[in-house]
Amino acid sequence: METDITQLWVYLSTKPLTGLTITLVAYSIGFWLYQKSNRNPMCNPVVIAIALIAFLLKVTDTPYATYFEGAQFVHFLLGPATVALAVPLFRQTETLKRAMPVIVFGVLFGSLVASASTVLLAWALGASPETLASLAPKSVTTPVAMGIAENIGGVPALTAVCVIATGIVGATLGPMVMNMARLKDWRARGFAMGVASHGIGTARAFQVNETAGAFSGLAMGLNTMATAITIPFLWHWIFG
Amino acid sequence: MIAAFALILVCQLFGEVISELFDLPVPGPVIGLVLLFFGLLISRKPPKVLTDAADNLLIHFSLLFVPAGVGVVTQIDRLKGDWLPIAAALIVSTLLAIVLTAMLMSKLLPKQTDVSTPDSAKDAS
Repeated sequence: METDITQLWVYLSTKPLTGLTITLVAYSIGFWLYQKSNRNPMCNPVVIAIALIAFLLKVTDTPYATYFEGAQFVHFLLGPATVALAVPLFRQTETLKRAMPVIVFGVLFGSLVASASTVLLAWALGASPETLASLAPKSVTTPVAMGIAENIGGVPALTAVCVIATGIVGATLGPMVMNMARLKDWRARGFAMGVASHGIGTARAFQVNETAGAFSGLAMGLNTMATAITIPFLWHWIFG
Repeated sequence: MIAAFALILVCQLFGEVISELFDLPVPGPVIGLVLLFFGLLISRKPPKVLTDAADNLLIHFSLLFVPAGVGVVTQIDRLKGDWLPIAAALIVSTLLAIVLTAMLMSKLLPKQTDVSTPDSAKDAS
């Protein structure tokens, strides 16, 4: 019996269908728990899904590459979804026109604070050069961050993990810290969430307040472009 | 719907080609985003099928991060070695960037008459 189940698993684990199914089921469980918890930001569906799948891979001794055979179909959609961000950005055209210089300045400022403080702090605490390069683009959305990390000599897989963790930190602790600093302008609050914690922060901002969400999406989209251009140029300029 | 997805993929494909051709550090999908954004600006009124397709792709944006996130299992050794700088950077600099950017933007954004402010700090947590 034991061997039958093992053989069945060996057979199934080579099918892309398994990795794909596991991804959707784990995310559904995560999303269900998130809603059950009254949308508590600590119950992040992405974290729950990752933890469930990582645990499953560990106990079944399945390599990540085998899982990714199936999960790549979901992963692939990150590219088109990034392109699709043009639509929410377009909806903010009026705001963009009215406060263009301020918004551009804010995005460059936030992008620089996020990446410079990350690199300086991690460097001071003794991180390896690959880790530094993997951490630098942590505030932009995953596909872009992975592309940037690759360009400057980082490890894209580590970047993906750091980007997602950054989003979760921003989404869970960001609003708390802004309350402590007595920051009340929804536009500024959303903007900051989008710059520092990309899509996960934006999803959170939308749940709290629509204005905050719109500004978060705007900041995230512009920051994606700003960081994708500034980090590689600055990195190659500073570190040669 | 298919035409809308095709348009999004065409933008991405052009983005990848431009990025590769000119050896740009900017990833293809970001160039695709810029292309689509300018396309929308020119068309002024984007077709509903396109905005629906984009919205559908973005509803479960966070699901799309799961496969890459599971990659954490391949990075356990590196995470163990560099856990302190990674944790510090993730928490301290993310929150620093949020607070400083929010402060700057509250000062700089033009005052609005219809600014909605949080009723209580609790709502915003």
